[in-house]
Amino acid sequence: MFGTTTNMPSSVFDELWQLQQEVDELFGSWSSPLGIRSPPRGSFPAINVGQTSERVDIYLFAPGIDPKSLDISIQQNLLTVSGKREIKAHAEASYYRQERFSGEFRRVISLPEDVDPDRVQARYVDGIVQIGVQRRESARPRQIEIQ
Amino acid sequence: MNEAEVAHMATNSEVTRRGPSATAAAQSGRVSSGETPVRPPVDIWEDKDGITLCADMPGVSKDRLELRIDGNNLIIEGQVQLELSGKAEALYADIRSSLYRRTFSLSGELETGKIEASLKDGVLTVHIPKRAELRPRKIDVAT
Repeated sequence: MFGTTTNMPSSVFDELWQLQQEVDELFGSWSSPLGIRSPPRGSFPAINVGQTSERVDIYLFAPGIDPKSLDISIQQNLLTVSGKREIKAHAEASYYRQERFSGEFRRVISLPEDVDPDRVQARYVDGIVQIGVQRRESARPRQIEIQ
Repeated sequence: MNEAEVAHMATNSEVTRRGPSATAAAQSGRVSSGETPVRPPVDIWEDKDGITLCADMPGVSKDRLELRIDGNNLIIEGQVQLELSGKAEALYADIRSSLYRRTFSLSGELETGKIEASLKDGVLTVHIPKRAELRPRKIDVAT
């Protein structure tokens, strides 16, 4: 937007761009109500949820955690993930930025009603916790043959 | 109406507009140029040896990470790879881009030729040493 007309240093750009993103998100969600359990924007960890007719996949963007410290539970269609990421500060260093999340986190995600809480798998790859939940057979689309 | 449905309606960006293709692009490794990258959060600190930068880039594997020096700038870039089944539909998305990018300008006392980087569990660590002659020296006082 300003890129071609001014000569601002890139750090200023970074800030402007972030502001622009924030405004976009604000207006993007302006008229819709928020999920009652949804956390503020930018909460740790970020979550994406994808679905097919067979399963629902939840991706938690949780880099640098010990997967053993995670507590994942599912009750009916409510998935709860809690854990901790502790970032130790270096005592003999001076910090310029500390943007990364440190501390305990907990997120609750409501999934479609037809998920099967008995068939859940989770794994941790490249800083993403992937949780796959199967959906119940009865909820899947079925082909009906004409007699 | 559950949270996911609300979020689906509320999203006015990549995933909703382009459907599952935004995330599918990440899977197949295509870089879509029109995508607005996510700025990874960073910690940056300095000690007597140099400057260290830590960036959260979950979902980026070593072969999808790019670190480069362009003039005076350090550019970090990574492509997210999610394991999706091809026809997955997004229900909810905090991360609406499959690309991370952030740029920092460096200063002259840093040895850009000796940058070291490592990536573990989605956390990138970059160490940029200071030129040896510019590191603070302790001067002993003769008695």
